[in-house]
Amino acid sequence: MLLKKKKREEAEIPSASLADIAFLLLIFFLVTTTIDVDTGIGLVLPPKPDENVKPPPVKERNLLKILVNQQGLVLVNDMPSAVTDVKQKVLDFVDNANKAQDPNLSESPKSAIVSLKTDRATPYSLYIAMLDEVRGAYNELWDTLSMQRFGVKYTMLDNERKAEIRAVYPMNISEAEPDPGAN
Amino acid sequence: MSKFSKKNASTKQEVPTAALPDIIFMLLIFFMVTTVLREVTLQIRVTLTKAVNIEKIEEKRLVSYVYMGPEKVGQNSFGATKVQIDDVLIEDLTNIRTIMYEKLLEQPKLIVSLRVDMDSEMGLVTDVKQELREANTLRINYSTKRKVL
Repeated sequence: MLLKKKKREEAEIPSASLADIAFLLLIFFLVTTTIDVDTGIGLVLPPKPDENVKPPPVKERNLLKILVNQQGLVLVNDMPSAVTDVKQKVLDFVDNANKAQDPNLSESPKSAIVSLKTDRATPYSLYIAMLDEVRGAYNELWDTLSMQRFGVKYTMLDNERKAEIRAVYPMNISEAEPDPGAN
Repeated sequence: MSKFSKKNASTKQEVPTAALPDIIFMLLIFFMVTTVLREVTLQIRVTLTKAVNIEKIEEKRLVSYVYMGPEKVGQNSFGATKVQIDDVLIEDLTNIRTIMYEKLLEQPKLIVSLRVDMDSEMGLVTDVKQELREANTLRINYSTKRKVL
């Protein structure tokens, strides 16, 4: 008589390598994931001008006019300037009431307006560089005031205190209406 | 023989690995869900400029992108500067106001992020900005990378 000695092997799928397969997939997704945060310069555009309402008058001394032409040349209040000098000029202009008290520069930081005007053919990168300079000047003002009042840098403050600082030095950047006829 | 003879440990000294695949699967599913593959196929070249004084946009769901840059024509040649929103090139700029207005209705706190190629000229950017003002989408962001000093 032939007796079946061996017990039949159980039909099982080997699952030892399952973890390896999952690991492989996990690593693929880990590598392809890009948690990219958009960074940039935020602005709020002025609303569409109303034809019936005239823009409020602005005193000449409260306006810092920055012009950038297509060759990349910069005029600050009709004076030629280098791009890297703009930050200092904005600083002098905005904080005039507390420092030099030049009668040709702004009356107070609150009434100071920086106007930025470009040509149609002005390189975009240069425009961003100018915006960056202006913001850099304001950041410096905010940091200084924040260090005086709270002893920490502006970026470390909570929103309420940030608003307090911004109330002292509001960032007024005006973008001039584009000339309709100019090319 | 003492009464308290040491018994052999009946359990195996092994870390149970049966739940390992489950843990890995959980991680896997997390990453699969959070992964955002590139949403749009760019038909234009966008090389961002760099700036120092920039800020992060935390609320990504508020952001809608407008791309501007030279159109890709061949392998390494580029045509005229075009505007792209989502997956389409915008030929007539006045269409932007309708597109953006509809997006604004869906998301009232919309932030329009302008991703502009560094070699573009301001003329086109100004035109797009005027269109955005028409659509009343006033919060914008010039997308730039961080410049390392």
